Amino acid sequence: MNNFSYTQAGSAKEATGLLKDKPQAAYIAGGTTLLDLMKANLEEHPQLVDINTMPFKGIEQTKDGLRIGAMERMSDVGENKLVLEQYPAISESLLLAASPQLRNMASIGGNILQRTRCGYFRDPAFPCNKRVPGSGCPALEGDNHNLAVLGTSDSCIATAYPGDLSVALAALDAVLTLENQKGKQRQVPVTEFYLLPGKTPQKENVLEPGELIVAVTIPAAAHARRSTYFKVRERASYAYALASAAVGLDVQGGTIRAARVALGGVGTKPWRSPEAEKALVGQPATEATFRAAAAAALRGAQPRKENAFKVELAQNTLVQALMKVAG
Amino acid sequence: MSTVSSSGTPEGTPPHPEDGTRRSFMKQAGGLLGLALAPPLVAQAERLTAYSKTVEGVTSLQLKINGTVRTIQAEPRVTLLDALREYLDLTGTKKGCDHGQCGACTVHVDGRRINSCLTLAVMNQGKEITTIEGLAQGEALHPMQEAFLKHDGFQCGYCTPGQIMSGVACVKEGHASSDDQTREWMSGNLCRCGAYPNIVAAVREVAGKA
Repeated sequence: MNNFSYTQAGSAKEATGLLKDKPQAAYIAGGTTLLDLMKANLEEHPQLVDINTMPFKGIEQTKDGLRIGAMERMSDVGENKLVLEQYPAISESLLLAASPQLRNMASIGGNILQRTRCGYFRDPAFPCNKRVPGSGCPALEGDNHNLAVLGTSDSCIATAYPGDLSVALAALDAVLTLENQKGKQRQVPVTEFYLLPGKTPQKENVLEPGELIVAVTIPAAAHARRSTYFKVRERASYAYALASAAVGLDVQGGTIRAARVALGGVGTKPWRSPEAEKALVGQPATEATFRAAAAAALRGAQPRKENAFKVELAQNTLVQALMKVAG
Repeated sequence: MSTVSSSGTPEGTPPHPEDGTRRSFMKQAGGLLGLALAPPLVAQAERLTAYSKTVEGVTSLQLKINGTVRTIQAEPRVTLLDALREYLDLTGTKKGCDHGQCGACTVHVDGRRINSCLTLAVMNQGKEITTIEGLAQGEALHPMQEAFLKHDGFQCGYCTPGQIMSGVACVKEGHASSDDQTREWMSGNLCRCGAYPNIVAAVREVAGKA
């Protein structure tokens, strides 16, 4: 890990100002992603700005829905009564992620910004367009068993966000509140926050230099109360998803009135599927409907040599999740 | 990745200034940074609270560990784990992967279990840190330590301090009410010897008495 100076930010304005002036500096909250990346020599920052003193806290119901401060910890949000009862997919996505120790440390804002587990990205001995733009992508023809089949490009096929929470957030129409160094806030839906790799896989999201995630808001809805997060891994716990599905259904009289679907582990970003939702709405809540929706969700998949299994796995994962909420 | 290059310090020899010119210092950001960043209309009192400290190079850090405040001279990049092991000789806390994947470095900070390898010592000033050395009351072992002995919850013993710290927290959190729940909530602690059944038995026994 390179040496750095450490600043405990006294205010959001100071924190964002520091990063505006020094784009190479980084914020630190829980540290679980940042220090891991710095120890692996994947990121180097001359200055770390500690934002743990920021007042971006609280888990509360507002007129716009559930508002979660970006400095809240995964464990506290995952076990929050309001989240458990009104937004089960959010709670499940948090408690199925990482380990209890990491969940006690990791902030919600930091979780949203975690980076890919692609082995080529994480080993500086290899070229990687995300790490060194223009250097190439060995994953295209290499070890790609855990990489994406949706949203890929010739430059990058990494599941850029390897986590769980943002999949549930994308499904449930969550909106991020971002704040810049002028104290000005803007709202960005999670589905528009992450960028597809295209020719610039190094650009992963729409954050401007110095901009902070201060909160995430999830609208209240019948399909949010009847939601779940289903995760399939190489071992029973403490592993990243091979495939996952966050779904919410509003079923009345056996007919699906509203549907929300997002997939994890298979896309280059948390993968909201309007195609699957379209195949669900107005249809009977049956396995046949769910199978059709799953097929629609994966129709555009571009599997490679080692990750072709994900096309079927993701479909089955989605069907399982839908069966659970249709119950 | 070698531990030597990551910490910048050879094992067991904390860095000390080579000469009098390499001084530790704490710089109030009200100086250079404050000048550059202070909005002109901010009141002086607000500035004093709004701007905090920047730490560079080797500085004096105070850590409250097992009820005692200890002072070390260390760079901001020193993790809590390295501070415990390399600067304070509290080697009960183990370094396994150094990336938050194995749980060998588990300690409690303000009553919550965390991975000490993924947090900086400088960030943990003013907090209550409990390590494996702080569990026993004199010669009397903590019930979780007793249970690990009784159930043979280890083989080589390297993961054991982390397992015990995690086990204590797991019980306190109320996440050890069944074998399955215990396995799930202890999954952040790996044991390459495979003592898992005995670890679960030890944690469950303490949970049953709690």
